[in-house]
Amino acid sequence: MNTNHIKELALNDNGFLFDPTTGYSYNTNELGIVILKQLIDGKTKDEILSSILDEYDVSFDNINHDFDHYLLQLDALNLLEVTI
Amino acid sequence: MSVIDLTSLNKTVIAVSGLNTGDNPQPGVPVIRCLRKAGFSGKIAGFVYDAMESGIYTEGLVDVAYQFPYVNSGQETFLQRLDYVLSKTKIDVIIPTLDAEIISYIRLQQELLNRGIRTYLPDESTFNLRDKLKLYKYFTEHGIKVPKTAILSDLAQIKEDKMDIDYPFFVKGRYYEAYKANNKDEAQSRYTELEHKWGLPIIAQELIHGDEFNVVMLGRGDGSIVGMVPQRKLVITEKGKGFGGVVVRNPALDEISRKVLALLKWKGALELELIKDSKNDFHLIEINPRFPAWVRLAEGAGQNLPAALVMLALGQQVESFPDCTPGTMFIRHSEDIISNISTMGLLSSSGELNNKGK
Repeated sequence: MNTNHIKELALNDNGFLFDPTTGYSYNTNELGIVILKQLIDGKTKDEILSSILDEYDVSFDNINHDFDHYLLQLDALNLLEVTI
Repeated sequence: MSVIDLTSLNKTVIAVSGLNTGDNPQPGVPVIRCLRKAGFSGKIAGFVYDAMESGIYTEGLVDVAYQFPYVNSGQETFLQRLDYVLSKTKIDVIIPTLDAEIISYIRLQQELLNRGIRTYLPDESTFNLRDKLKLYKYFTEHGIKVPKTAILSDLAQIKEDKMDIDYPFFVKGRYYEAYKANNKDEAQSRYTELEHKWGLPIIAQELIHGDEFNVVMLGRGDGSIVGMVPQRKLVITEKGKGFGGVVVRNPALDEISRKVLALLKWKGALELELIKDSKNDFHLIEINPRFPAWVRLAEGAGQNLPAALVMLALGQQVESFPDCTPGTMFIRHSEDIISNISTMGLLSSSGELNNKGK
């Protein structure tokens, strides 16, 4: 996963995301904010999933699947690059 | 230096043209607002071509307005009118903001200087390099992508498919207006319409799909840049005008913009219009030789370029601005200006209007 670009994004506490290189802006939900903030901080997938499992009542399988799906959405928006 | 302070110029008179707003806004009103924002409390003279230019009637904007003959009336007619204006008020600096008049001001720079009037404009050969007619050849040769362009001076070029450009493409007037033509009928119709309005030649330009970016710049004439603010258009009207935009920071866009200004060694204000395609390549669509109507965004993003231009025109040293602030945005709105018909009547009949009696 290449997260170089995501570190350039501006994210506020309400989930508003601005990409200064393209001028595009996005909105994300509460869990999206949690994930994005940690991606911006350079955290790994394991570290992020671990923090979510500590904070939310969710199974590993569910969050693991949702996390991967969320990354693919970010990839489709050219905000990061998922390497398979 | 990031803030230009014009408060000391309280005895200076600055003339600005292009005061119409509305659906095809001209840059004069935002240029004046930038000057006022920099603390300029001297006199603003509006040079107008039409008594219906709305900026004339906007409170606190223009102290005095003078109607001028259209540019195609010739230099002698212009200078006669200018000399009359100078018998009423001194003019220290002129900031022309309309495409069609810039070349006249460039040619008249010495005449203006003889009358104590400063401008900050490129020379004629530099000006001509960014002409729509030369853009493709000149910049393509220098490694900058420009959509394929054909110069049309005969309707037969469209009828007989002599352009080597696929439909749809843009049909553009020499100075203003551009329309997408989806087929031969539309292309011929737009050609005729633009010929009647702006004369020949007409420009056919390949359509590039992608996001539209504009960059406003101020150059010193030696290839160096005083300031540069890039934006992506957020709101685009039917006429293709950007009525909303956000400042971006894109290294590739910065690089191509700096290259264009350095190639031209441009002196004065400049606007680049570019499109970023799906491969993230920027294509240079047009170069306008003046501030754009969205120039207040530059001031909002920390670069008051019109104020800097005034200082440069007056022979002052101006340091380059630090990088502008990405995320600064603008949304244009229109409002009704209330005046009295007799005010417009005074301007129409006498050709001048004193708003403040300064």
